[in-house]
Amino acid sequence: MEPFTTHTGRAVPLRRGNVDTDQIIPARWLKKVTRDGFEDGLFDAWRKDPEFVLNQPARRGATVLVAGMDFGTGSSREHAVWALQNYGFKVVISARFGDIFRGNSLKNGLPAVTLPQETVDRLWALTEADPAAEVTVDLLDREVRAAGITAGFELDDNARWRLLHGLDDISLTLEHEARIAEYEQRRPSYRPRTRNR
Amino acid sequence: MAKTLAEKVWDDHVVRRAEGEPDLLYVDLHLLHEVTCPQAFDGLRKAGRRVRRADLTIATEDHNTPTIDIDKPIADPVSRLQLETLRKNCAEHGVRLHPLGDVEQGIVHVVGPQLGLTQPGMTVVCGDSHTSTHGAFGALAFGIGTSQVEHVLASQTLPMSPFRTMAVTVEGELPPGVVAKDLILAVIARIGTGGGQGHVIEYRGPAIEKLSMEARMTVCNMSIEAGARAGMIAPDETTFAYLKDRPHAPKGADWDAAVADWRALRTDDDATFDREVVIDASTLSPFVTWGTNPAQGAPLSASVPDPAGFADAGERLAAEKALEYMGLTAGQPLREIAVDTVFLGSCTNGRIEDLRAAAAVLRGRSVADGVRMLVVPGSVRVALKAVEEGLDKVFTAAGAEWRHAGCSMCLGMNPDQLSPGERAASTSNRNFEGRQGRGGRTHLVSPQVAATTAVLGHLASPADLSDLPATTGA
Repeated sequence: MEPFTTHTGRAVPLRRGNVDTDQIIPARWLKKVTRDGFEDGLFDAWRKDPEFVLNQPARRGATVLVAGMDFGTGSSREHAVWALQNYGFKVVISARFGDIFRGNSLKNGLPAVTLPQETVDRLWALTEADPAAEVTVDLLDREVRAAGITAGFELDDNARWRLLHGLDDISLTLEHEARIAEYEQRRPSYRPRTRNR
Repeated sequence: MAKTLAEKVWDDHVVRRAEGEPDLLYVDLHLLHEVTCPQAFDGLRKAGRRVRRADLTIATEDHNTPTIDIDKPIADPVSRLQLETLRKNCAEHGVRLHPLGDVEQGIVHVVGPQLGLTQPGMTVVCGDSHTSTHGAFGALAFGIGTSQVEHVLASQTLPMSPFRTMAVTVEGELPPGVVAKDLILAVIARIGTGGGQGHVIEYRGPAIEKLSMEARMTVCNMSIEAGARAGMIAPDETTFAYLKDRPHAPKGADWDAAVADWRALRTDDDATFDREVVIDASTLSPFVTWGTNPAQGAPLSASVPDPAGFADAGERLAAEKALEYMGLTAGQPLREIAVDTVFLGSCTNGRIEDLRAAAAVLRGRSVADGVRMLVVPGSVRVALKAVEEGLDKVFTAAGAEWRHAGCSMCLGMNPDQLSPGERAASTSNRNFEGRQGRGGRTHLVSPQVAATTAVLGHLASPADLSDLPATTGA
């Protein structure tokens, strides 16, 4: 995973609530066995509409998605995160995220930044008035900045540290292998096994 | 300190706890299916890692599998490659797999419980949000992403930040004809799609205690539709009776030791929840969705709501968009909505009790002209049981299609899909735009409502059949 410290880019206002992961990437795209090549499936149904915000020429190359409330609800598909990243997004902002989506984003180095809805409203107004307006997401200061807007966001120290350093969770866990083995010794013996060891 | 069921299971699984870090939790059972694990195995391979506990891991094929002509090669080359990748990965790492054609094949959340692999007090994970189903046994069960699948394969653990706890207490008794699906749809409509965010829900109260294990699975299954990470129900005599003598249930002295531990899991009387919701079961009635998220639902006796009536601007806009997508107008009685397709199946309602409930409606009746009904059992074992009871004949005599086990039209990854504009009554769990096929329109319903809707051609519950007695015979 690539480290994330700070990012500045143009925004895309997605004025919809409850954007579930089926909308972000429909199931028929989930048959691939790789982590790339999902960009064409991103918001597949809405992209067919020429008026859809991602299709507007002014939004080309934008990297900060500013979404409505409850973004990424529904299915656990990590493909939703890969599709956003494959398309070119570096950050997603919403007033509330689906839990699994948010976890998946952080594990892939795509910060899912939670801001109050009124700040989201102001970011929407800003980028709609001026599509060239830039938004900065600063993980060091835990702050989102844009013209006339400075808003702090919460992110726990541990998640921030892992994002800043692009750390691989599995390596960190395996440093505690002795503790895992010790736990395995004290598990109840009646717990089921799927097959013999 | 007094603890809730969820907190007890959590604390029992902490491998490592350190200030300012997530707890490292041990995973007792890891379920795999073909869609969300290929990239995880790939990651393992690249890092030169092995599956730590293949003996706590099991895989089935369900999402992509066809429900007809299963003896022929899978037509879609991309689906075929995904299944072949799962077979190759399981063989390479010694993971038990139940592939298409195997007697234990089926939807991963139907297979785990029926094998007795899902037990109280366990942690269960799967790269699938409906893993919450297993919480019906008093297990802490939640869906994970592919990076976490890789993490569990490599370490049998997951770093997790604590959940908050929520109690959904269902007082009183469900009226006759009102079932688990109606109950959970009403709960979701009440708390909203994000209402459970960050929480583990414990369903409790007299109406929950009276539910069968399969009905409890239906309830816990849809916890994610309320935004919750997991749903749980305290294990009791109903749970133990369901588990006893299942292939992987403890035997002999182990059984006694296990049951003694399981009895201690229930939430302490003086424990507190971060949030509490109380529902009066006696006020509930058959419930259906009218919109494009599972919280957009109403009693079947109601009408399509007027978006202008929503106080919240976001909800109003969502309702407007939903009605446009669904092709509905405000004020239209829900009972007058005609459907093209009825889907009975999924990890929500694809178990034997669901098939029995639908067959009871269809016995001696026919699916209405112009309506197609698909019956897709949740597993091969469910299908075999249904055949043993003659339910397959009831379905086919009524004009429904009796299919092979799998996820099928719940998410339309296989050929079972809706066409643009096609409207379905579906016993599945999500009515998202395009979920069952691009442009498809979904109304979530119970098996009883699904079967009645198939007979009458419009959304309806068994009470609406009083004027249409079943003919004698099949």
